[in-house]
Amino acid sequence: MDLNFTAEEQGFRADVRKFIDKNLPAALRDKVLQGKRLGRDDYLTWHKILHKQGWLASTWPVEFGGTGWNATQQYIFEEECADAAAPMILPFGPRMVAPVIMKFGNPAQQEYFLPRILSGEHWWCQGYSEPGAGSDLASLKCRAERQGDKYVVNGQKTWTTLAQHADWIFCLVRTATDVRAQEGISFLLIDMKTPGVSVRPIIMLDGEHEINEVWFENVEVPVQNLVGEENKGWTYAKYLLGHERTGNAGVGFCKRWLKQLKKIASKQPSGSGTLFKDARFRDRIAQVEIDLMALEITNLRVIAAESEKKGPGPEASMLKVKGTEIQQALTELMMQALGHHALPYQHAAMDAGFRGTVVGPDFGVPMTGHYFNFRKASIYAGSNEIQRNIISKMMLGL
Amino acid sequence: MHFKFSEEQEQLRESLLRFVQQDYSFEKRREILASTDGHSRTVWQHFADVGLLSLGIPEDDGGLGGNAVDLLRVMEVFGRGLIVEPYLSTVVLGAGLLVRCGSAAQKSQLLPEIVAGSKRLALAHFEASARYELSHVATTAQKDAHDKSGYVLNGSKSVVLHGGSADLLIVSTRTSGKPHDTAGLSLFLVDPKAKGVGLHSYPTHDGHRAAELTLKNVHVPGDALIGKKGSGLAEIEHTVQTGIAAVCAEAVGVMDALVEATLAYLKTRKQFGVPIGSFQVLQHRMADMVMQVEQARSMAYLASVKVDSGDADERRRTLAAAKAVVGQAARFVGQQAVQLHGGIGVTEELAVGHYFKRLTLINATFGDADHHLGAFSDLMVA
Repeated sequence: MDLNFTAEEQGFRADVRKFIDKNLPAALRDKVLQGKRLGRDDYLTWHKILHKQGWLASTWPVEFGGTGWNATQQYIFEEECADAAAPMILPFGPRMVAPVIMKFGNPAQQEYFLPRILSGEHWWCQGYSEPGAGSDLASLKCRAERQGDKYVVNGQKTWTTLAQHADWIFCLVRTATDVRAQEGISFLLIDMKTPGVSVRPIIMLDGEHEINEVWFENVEVPVQNLVGEENKGWTYAKYLLGHERTGNAGVGFCKRWLKQLKKIASKQPSGSGTLFKDARFRDRIAQVEIDLMALEITNLRVIAAESEKKGPGPEASMLKVKGTEIQQALTELMMQALGHHALPYQHAAMDAGFRGTVVGPDFGVPMTGHYFNFRKASIYAGSNEIQRNIISKMMLGL
Repeated sequence: MHFKFSEEQEQLRESLLRFVQQDYSFEKRREILASTDGHSRTVWQHFADVGLLSLGIPEDDGGLGGNAVDLLRVMEVFGRGLIVEPYLSTVVLGAGLLVRCGSAAQKSQLLPEIVAGSKRLALAHFEASARYELSHVATTAQKDAHDKSGYVLNGSKSVVLHGGSADLLIVSTRTSGKPHDTAGLSLFLVDPKAKGVGLHSYPTHDGHRAAELTLKNVHVPGDALIGKKGSGLAEIEHTVQTGIAAVCAEAVGVMDALVEATLAYLKTRKQFGVPIGSFQVLQHRMADMVMQVEQARSMAYLASVKVDSGDADERRRTLAAAKAVVGQAARFVGQQAVQLHGGIGVTEELAVGHYFKRLTLINATFGDADHHLGAFSDLMVA
C-alpha cells in the first residue's frame, strides 16, 4: 500500500495546475468562487478552452479525441479544476451520452456527434425522468412509433437540466408495450429544434431556472438517430448510470467548499469572537472534514479497483450516497454560518454584474439558495434510497 | 498510489486466518477467558514461533522488521478472531516504545525476550482522573536519597491494559511540574514484583484484562529511565498513536466479521414466511453498515500509513480523524448488528454480542469518537 502519488503523477498535477492558472479567466473563476449565477456562455467559455488544449474529454479514449488518461490522472485533473474554481464541465454530453455513443452507437453517429460534443457545438440534455417515471424509470411512457424511416415521438420528459440551452436531447422512449417494461425501451437522439419539441421552465427552490419539462408532440425523428438496437435502450441506460455515479462523489469541489466554509466561519461573529472559535460550530465542520477525508480514500480505492478493470461496480453507489451527504452537510453549514443573514432573498445580487447594495455579507448572498438547491443531490442520478437498493442487491445479495 | 498488499502481507494474513479458524474457535476462546491469566501461554508461544512478536522490531535488534501496514493486516485478523492475548500491550505499545526511544542496553536485553515470547509488557500511563488527557500525570519520580542515580516512584495508574500478567511495566511519571504540564514527564521500566508495587487485576467487558496499579516508594535504578528525562510526552503521544492505528485496524476486522455474520443471518432467518433480508428496511440498514465499514477501512489505512510520519502535526490530525471515524462506525455497526439479530443478539450465546462488546470498548480506549472529533476540531485553530 502506498498512498503517495508518483513523481509522474505529481508532475502531471503541476502541469494541469499551471495550465488552469494561465487559462481560466479570472472573472469566470470569481463567479464560481462567489457562487454567482452561471450562464450558457460561462460554461461554454471554459468548455472551449479545455477543448483547444485537447483536455475536454478527460475520460475518453484517444481514438475518439479524448485524453486517454488513466483513472488517477482523471481524478487529479478533476481535483485541480475544482480547486481552481473552474466551472463544472456539464456531464450530459461528454460524460453521459458520449460513452453510450462510443460503446453502442454506429460509426456514422460516432463521426457526427462526438466531435460536436468535444467542440461544444452541441449542448446536450438528458431525457430520462417523466412525471410518472422517477425511481421506477422503466415505467416510462414517452412513446416512439416507427413510421417508415422515422419515429414519431409523443410524450413528456421532466427535471431536464439546462434543456433551455440544449441543442440535442438523448431520450429513453417506449417502442414496445406488449413486453416486460424494460424490454420495450429504446435510446433515441433528438434534435431540440425539431418541430413539436417544446420546453417549459421549472423554477427550483432557489428561484433559479435550472430544470425543465420537455414536451414532444408528433416529433419526427429519423431512424438513423436510434442508438444500438430497438428495444435495447434499458441496457444502454444502465451502462450510462454506472458512468454517471462514479463521478458523483465530488471530492474535489467538496474540498473547495470546506475551505470556503472555514473562511466564512472565521469572518462571522459569534459571542465575543468568531464562529470558528466556537467549538460547537467548529465540531460540526470537523465532522464533515473527517467524513470527507475518509471519502477521499474510499474514492481512490474505488478508482484503483477500477483501473484493475474491476469496476465501476456497486461501489459507485457508495460514493454517490456519501458524497451527496457531505455536499448537503457543507451547503447547510454555509447557510447556518450566516445566522439571520440567511434570510434575505437577493435574486438580483446573484448576477456577477450586480452593483447594488446587499443585506449582510457579500459572500452570504448565494448560500441559502445553494442549500435549497442542493437538496437535489440525494434525489438525482438515482435517489440515495435507490443506491441503497443497489448496494443491498448487487453487493450483498439481499 | 496503490492499495495492494505485498505477497508477504497476504501470506501473513492467510496463515493467521487459518490459525483463527482452526485454533481459536469461539469455544476455545471461552476456555482461555476462564484461565488465570485470561489469555493463553500456548497461543503466545505460537505467536512467537511464527514471528508475530518480532513485527516492527528491527532486524538489528533481533526482530523481523516490518511497518504499520504489516501490523494493520495482523490486527484486522485479531479483530476477526477476537484475540485476547496481550499483543497490543506487549508488541505495539511496549516494544514499539522501546524501539523508538529505549537505550542500547534496554533494547539488547528486552527485545530478544519479547521476540522469544518470554517477556510481556504493559504500558501504565493513564490515571484515574486523567480521562483521555495525555499530559495529566500526577505520579511522581523523585531522585532517590539513598541511590544517587536511582528514583523513587509514587502514585497510581488506572485501567492498565494487561497490567496484571505483565512481566515488566512501562510507567509514565512526572519528574517535574504539575499535572497537565507538557514538560516534565519521564518513563521508567518497573518490575511488577518490586517492593511497593500493588496490582489489582480484573476482567474488562470484552474478555480482556486490565489492572489498577499503585506505586508506594518504589525504587528504580537510574538505567530504568527510558528516553530523555522530562521529555516523555512526545513519546507517550506517539506510542498512543500507534495504539490507535492498531485498534482502528482491529475494529475494521471486527466490523467485517459482524457484517458477514449479520448478512448470513438476514439470509437464513425467516419471519412472516420469508428471509428477513427481503425486507427493504433491513436491506438499507445493511447498506448503511457496509458504507460505514468502508469509510472506517479507508481511515484505518490512512492511519497506518501516517502513524510513523515524521510530521507530528500531520500524525496528530490524521490519527484523531481516524479514531473518530472508526469509533463512529464501530458504534453504528455494533449496535445495528445486534439489532438485526434480534433477541439472540443480546445474549452471550452468539459471537455477535462479543464482537459488539469489543467494538464498544475499543471506542472507549485511547479516546472515544467525541474526544477525537474535538481534538481534530481544536487542531484547526491551534
